[in-house]
Amino acid sequence: MSIAAQQFLEAAGSITRNLRHRGLIQTALRKYEAARDRKKSAFNDWSAARQSAAETKWDAINHLDTYLVEFASKLEARGTKVHWCPTGPEARDTIRGIIRDAQAKCIVKSKAMTAEEIHLNEALEKDGFEVVESDLGEFIVQLRQEPPYHIVFPAMHLTRDEISDLFERELGSAPTREPEELTMIARRALRRKYLQADVGITGANFAIAETGMVSITENEGNARLTSALPRVMVTLLGIEKVLPKLEDLALFLPLLATAGAGQTVTGYNTLYGGPRQPGESDGPTEWHVVLLDNRRTELLADPEQRDALHCIRCGACLNVCPIFRNVGGHTYGTTYSGPVGSVITPHLRGLQDWKHLSNASSLCGACTEACPVKIDLHHHLLQNRRNAVGDAPSWIERLAWRAHAFVVNTPALYQFAQEVGRIVEPLRKRLQGTPLDPVQSWTRTRDLPPVAGESFKEWWRNRR
Amino acid sequence: MRPNDRMNITLFIPCFVDTCFPEVGRHMVRILERLGHRVTCPEAIACCGQPAFNSGYWDEARQVAGKTLHHLRDAEAVVIASGSCGAMLKVFYPQLYEGRPEAGAARALSERTWEFSDFLVNRLGVTDLGARFPAKVTFHDGCHGLRELGIKSAPRRLLEKVRDLELVEMTDAETCCGFGGTFAAKFPMISTAMGEVKCASAADTGAEYMVSNDSSCLMHLQGLLSRQGKPLKTIHLAQILDPQ
Amino acid sequence: MNARDRILARIREALTVPAPKPGSHGHAQEHDGGHGHGDSSAGTRPIGFRNRPVHVARAWLPQGGSTPAEHLARFAAASAELKTDFRCVDSEAEAHAALRRIADDEGWRRVASHHHAMTDAAVAALGRPALFTDGGYPPDDLEACEAGITTCDVLVAQTGSLVVNSRSSGGRALSVLPPHHVVLARRDQLVSDLTDAFQRVEALHGQQWPSMISLVTGPSRTGDIERILVLGAHGPKKLTVLMW
Repeated sequence: MSIAAQQFLEAAGSITRNLRHRGLIQTALRKYEAARDRKKSAFNDWSAARQSAAETKWDAINHLDTYLVEFASKLEARGTKVHWCPTGPEARDTIRGIIRDAQAKCIVKSKAMTAEEIHLNEALEKDGFEVVESDLGEFIVQLRQEPPYHIVFPAMHLTRDEISDLFERELGSAPTREPEELTMIARRALRRKYLQADVGITGANFAIAETGMVSITENEGNARLTSALPRVMVTLLGIEKVLPKLEDLALFLPLLATAGAGQTVTGYNTLYGGPRQPGESDGPTEWHVVLLDNRRTELLADPEQRDALHCIRCGACLNVCPIFRNVGGHTYGTTYSGPVGSVITPHLRGLQDWKHLSNASSLCGACTEACPVKIDLHHHLLQNRRNAVGDAPSWIERLAWRAHAFVVNTPALYQFAQEVGRIVEPLRKRLQGTPLDPVQSWTRTRDLPPVAGESFKEWWRNRR
Repeated sequence: MRPNDRMNITLFIPCFVDTCFPEVGRHMVRILERLGHRVTCPEAIACCGQPAFNSGYWDEARQVAGKTLHHLRDAEAVVIASGSCGAMLKVFYPQLYEGRPEAGAARALSERTWEFSDFLVNRLGVTDLGARFPAKVTFHDGCHGLRELGIKSAPRRLLEKVRDLELVEMTDAETCCGFGGTFAAKFPMISTAMGEVKCASAADTGAEYMVSNDSSCLMHLQGLLSRQGKPLKTIHLAQILDPQ
Repeated sequence: MNARDRILARIREALTVPAPKPGSHGHAQEHDGGHGHGDSSAGTRPIGFRNRPVHVARAWLPQGGSTPAEHLARFAAASAELKTDFRCVDSEAEAHAALRRIADDEGWRRVASHHHAMTDAAVAALGRPALFTDGGYPPDDLEACEAGITTCDVLVAQTGSLVVNSRSSGGRALSVLPPHHVVLARRDQLVSDLTDAFQRVEALHGQQWPSMISLVTGPSRTGDIERILVLGAHGPKKLTVLMW
């Protein structure tokens, strides 16, 4: 078992017993569900809209080279520097170089999961820069020195009291139970940072090929400020973010907001097409767009799971996933958690180390049903399981499944096994709850139904 | 019923129903026979192969599925006593045999296979079986039946016609119970937590019974309820529909 | 080979094997069709890859209405939900009067704006000191202003949004740094939905794009603390739209 798998099992073991966590997440996500359902019902045809989005992303991903070249050349034509980075370290070094060249001291950052993916903050802090996360949830988890809990709701695992304690400790603010006051404390703390920062770093939600623009979705206005005041702007995004046309946003912005947060559209959806242009009064004089591969092309090379690159990171699959709702975001130990994380992490970070995430699913399919771009998520988990076995089968398991096949295929053996089950039942009951119980992983929390005195097949035979 | 309306139904009783819940199979036989159809149960097959399939061992799954495919090749209609095993035959056999000589047989079997409630309502056109069950019940949608086979209304239409039965929907009717086959044993802590959420949602309705068309979910849920000493009971749809 | 060419080569190599088109998973995705026998409607819709008519999808989205009166009603309803203070008045003079009342109520000392016939008139009517951002400004001065008064390109009935840009709405910060953003608009700037809005934006700027175009929907907001809505997270706590 990989280290990641052991850590997952340990973390899942303790958090699933934490009823406070369970209650907090259920309450938060029930609020989300109610809002999402209300917004979904405003669609004339939600399922047709999803199909159209899936087709649009299919088009984008299956012509990715064409669209990326179009995107980059349009950006460059307006003075943007485009950097192509095959790996995480290359992207990190590119951004470190930009920041060194800018002789920056303070960096303000708006939410970017790609930055989490390449561990950008740690690298920049090691270089001696101050990096301030400006999204409220990200600001909170940064103060706690932990990764975001959820790709859209980074601090959903915390109560207002915990946040108040945190702010009191780290910012010296007075304790309060009011979310509004807590928000204002963060607002005041960050206002100075926007004005001081030399560099602003953002992520992106969409890359529009037709016009050479990135689109950034947010509610707070922090990304707008990050992109307005510092003199240098850096935008880091995965190569899969492309959409062919500007008008595609008319579909994708409502889908993203509805599926992701139960909103009609998110508060600010902002298109950036270049650094400050002639005649404009503000904005960065330099803009760097960093395009990240980091093994996305490996996923692209798997036609069976290529549609996982359609993901718009809305978080809907996390929100409906009963596994996520019980183990929470940190247990995964990955940048991208929940169903989509379990699907793509093995491709991005190695199948054998991360296959346990594909096994840790009941394959219920709630994720696939929720996905606004119709990624076949739960079936990809099955495919990951098959691929993991194909690459490196466990001979013990293989033997066990062969034995299982032999028993169920041989009626006399199958009946004999039932008979054995009947005979050992009293003994097993006595061993229940002890390490000697052969089915203790079941019986530790659940009763096991006894083998019936007369099986169905025996009844059927006797009946005739 | 005209004589040529009489169907030859092959009832596939999966291993865990055969071993632990034989009464579910017996009720199905009685219900189908009372409707005038001829029921056969091939004794040579015991398992659909899903456990190995879901664990990634597709070669071993084909060892089991191959036998099922062979024995069901001439069946007029296959009725299966679990939504999950039904999904295996209907949805996953064609994938398991894609590009192989058996692909055609797998697709043909898929076309002829029905989950029990789906068969009654959408193939036979029956909703009222004359049953009476004086209790308040809530229905748990097994995920494979719901999302792989698209079965949502059939079991409810059957329950609506049961005399003295009151059906109340729970908030989490479509939420997975946490069974998930080998998942329940590989990740028992997550499986248990999911089961607890499900049982709490069912209990909130004030129902006496949680009904489902999938015994595998019920095995897990009943195991949890019994261990925790909860009064809520689980019952298979066929047990309610058979007027005895 | 440089990094760009390396990435493009890997992409082209990967794309030599085609991927199945969306909706071809072959299993029931939209349930409640009542039966499990392939009632997925996904595969039947026309798929027009590349050159597909983009605005086909707009028919499936929330609607913005088809007459100016419907647009106005829809925009007003969306604004109320978003907590945008939307006022549709009969004349520019009335809008100025409303603006003066807001300024008095909130005790504005200094406002920020940009030069445009509509904003110039409004700032003159306010009679308060004003910072104009055109041609550059000290950010601290803008931060100290109580309100930012701007024009917009277009307003969207479907979503209650409006579009500002970095060239003709006073730059990137004016509409987001001061705590109160006031938008001056004419009725003919209100369109039905996002598709119309993007077309309008393209017609206005397509020859020479501003570096930033922002679709603003309500005042700045967050739900990051226990999913409880708080306005004014980093951007404006208040958004007022004065339309005549």
